[in-house]
Amino acid sequence: MQTSTSWRSFRTAAWLGWVIESNWTDPFLFAVYSIVKPLSGAAILVIMYGVITQGAYDSALFPYIYLGNAFYIYVGAVMTGVSWAVVDDRELYKTLKYMYIAPINIPIYLLGRGGARFIVGSIAVLITILTGVFFLNVDINLAEVNWGLFFVSLTLGIIMLALIGLMLAGWTLITARHEGFIGEAVAAALYIFSGAVFPLDVLPEWLRPVGYFMPTTYWLELLRRSLVGDVAQAFPTLSQFSNLEILGVMIGLSILFGLVSVWVFKVCDNIARENGMIDRTTNY
Amino acid sequence: MLCPKFITPTQKALDDNHTLNPRQANESPNKILRRKMSASLAIETQDLGRIYKLRGSKKEPRKELVALQDVNLTVAKGELFGLLGPNGAGKTTLIKILTTLLSPTSGWAKVAGADVDREAESVRPRINMVSGGESSGYGLLTVRENLWMFSQFYGVPSKEANERIEALLEMIGMKDRMHTKSSDLSTGLRQKMNIVRGFLTQPEVLFLDEPTLGLDVGAMRDVRKFVLEWLKADKERTLLLTTHYMMEAEELCDRVAIINKGRVLACDTPTALKQRLQKDAIFEIQTSPLNGLSQQMLVDQPEVTQAAIAETETGAKLSLSLVEESALARVINLFTQKDVKVMNLTKREPTLEDVFVDLVGRSMAEEEDHGNTE
Ligand SMILES: Nc1ncnc2c1ncn2[C@@H]1O[C@H](COP(=O)(O)OP(=O)(O)OP(=O)(O)O)[C@@H](O)[C@H]1O
Ligand SMILES: [Mg+2]
Repeated sequence: MQTSTSWRSFRTAAWLGWVIESNWTDPFLFAVYSIVKPLSGAAILVIMYGVITQGAYDSALFPYIYLGNAFYIYVGAVMTGVSWAVVDDRELYKTLKYMYIAPINIPIYLLGRGGARFIVGSIAVLITILTGVFFLNVDINLAEVNWGLFFVSLTLGIIMLALIGLMLAGWTLITARHEGFIGEAVAAALYIFSGAVFPLDVLPEWLRPVGYFMPTTYWLELLRRSLVGDVAQAFPTLSQFSNLEILGVMIGLSILFGLVSVWVFKVCDNIARENGMIDRTTNY
Repeated sequence: MLCPKFITPTQKALDDNHTLNPRQANESPNKILRRKMSASLAIETQDLGRIYKLRGSKKEPRKELVALQDVNLTVAKGELFGLLGPNGAGKTTLIKILTTLLSPTSGWAKVAGADVDREAESVRPRINMVSGGESSGYGLLTVRENLWMFSQFYGVPSKEANERIEALLEMIGMKDRMHTKSSDLSTGLRQKMNIVRGFLTQPEVLFLDEPTLGLDVGAMRDVRKFVLEWLKADKERTLLLTTHYMMEAEELCDRVAIINKGRVLACDTPTALKQRLQKDAIFEIQTSPLNGLSQQMLVDQPEVTQAAIAETETGAKLSLSLVEESALARVINLFTQKDVKVMNLTKREPTLEDVFVDLVGRSMAEEEDHGNTE
């Protein structure tokens, strides 16, 4: 009964999320979100990189930055996807209360909604990476890719992002709509502290521990290592650790973040029920 | 206050006693009675209360708003129970508590045999809820898809869900819109879709919060008919609806609780509520000019308890309360003596509106205005 409730919640939520996200009826909008937006983000980065380094596209730093930025799309998609499901269902579709009274597992429902964005996000990530490989200097030698490591870390990372999203969803539940942007804010902060577009060593020393504490730091490192091996190891941040060690740290931190998230969600969920916030819409 | 029972569970429990299985046979009669009573109840509340903490400005202390107070209600299985009250009476608050969306601040409530606060997980599969006056749903999905999705959350097999959806849409008169995107529906049709969502999962107890709010007369009639048909199909189905349409409560409900400012003021069948108010017969009479017949002369008749006269262009309009209907003949006799012609005569039944006025001292509309200026 337990598993079937969870599975039912996840499956139906993912279906709903997919239908909402893949708005095929409007191919133009879909193209803008899954192709134009990520590509223009990458383009800005590439140009800025070119200006700052005076065109040093051969440096190992370039694929480091390019891939970090590409995979970071998942953070925005999955993590904020989970928390935005609360805002959308409560304010836009006015269905959150009906979800709440249904015999489903709400956290799993929200994870399902975020999970759907994984698929849409993957399209953007793939297009960005392919563009890098074919038109820019991002060398990925398919024969040398560590596929095992890649898929294991990708999967674990998505679960981790969705769980962090749950913490944000809890927070969103007990705050007003405009604070739904908390997801975006956290995503932006993680961008800086996870070594997405520059190694942690660039940060002032006192800020680095924040980066070392983020599971996303290790996740991005693993993805880069699995795809381009040595390039990632050219940077001192984590080079003294083996893949397995980094994977271990990432899993450990993910479990920690996951547990905290589930707990935060439970607390917020209780507060929402105590204060009648589940069906409260924002009045301006 | 305590609410008298429609089908007295006590009676029902005693009647059912012979169906006891051997394991239960050595329970004390009292215990059996209590268990049986509980089993025949769909909703039960005990001293239920809810206080909202209002967030004022930072300097002011937090204010508290008593939205519900000492609510004791019992609704038997199979009943159509109405909550009638003005804006802000606490109807939605009560429904939110009963549907596990909101915790009570005092007392407890059981729905379908389980505590709504502590055993929410066992309540949820057995209930559903629809609020009127809002258009919820996923605009991207068609009517069928919206409904199908919710049925999946309740674990209804897909094929069966589709059959139910078709049948219910047919019943409510919008089967032709099954494949319309819900964003393309009018507000009224969206509300009908939402109502179907509530019935689709075949809940043991269904809560409808102002289901006909904002609907036109035709749609209202469809919905009321739908509700009654659905209840008729299964004797165990229970429905609690809130409304501030007096007529709706009178027409539909087996029993009605009148609620104002968070308190249940009265609870009974519509007929009993009205009877309790007034045993007199009320007549509205239109006549030709009265030719000197005075109010005093009318009240002097032993059977006339109240008389009001209003002059009109063509004569007069009288409102008479009589101890019993048969006294009317004598009043008419008096008219004939004075050569007063009766142009029109209607007997007016007391309405739930009159009951509300009697309990609160104000009409529901006045109470709402009053509440807004307080
Ligand atoms: N979340 C909330 N926070 C604070 N006060 C609230 C909240 N929800 C309702 N109230 C207040 O509680 C009281 C009862 O509200 P409720 O919505 O239950 O009334 P109602 O009978 O459903 O009214 P209506 O006919 O307008 O729907 C009102 O004074 C309302 O302002
Ligand atoms: Mg209400």
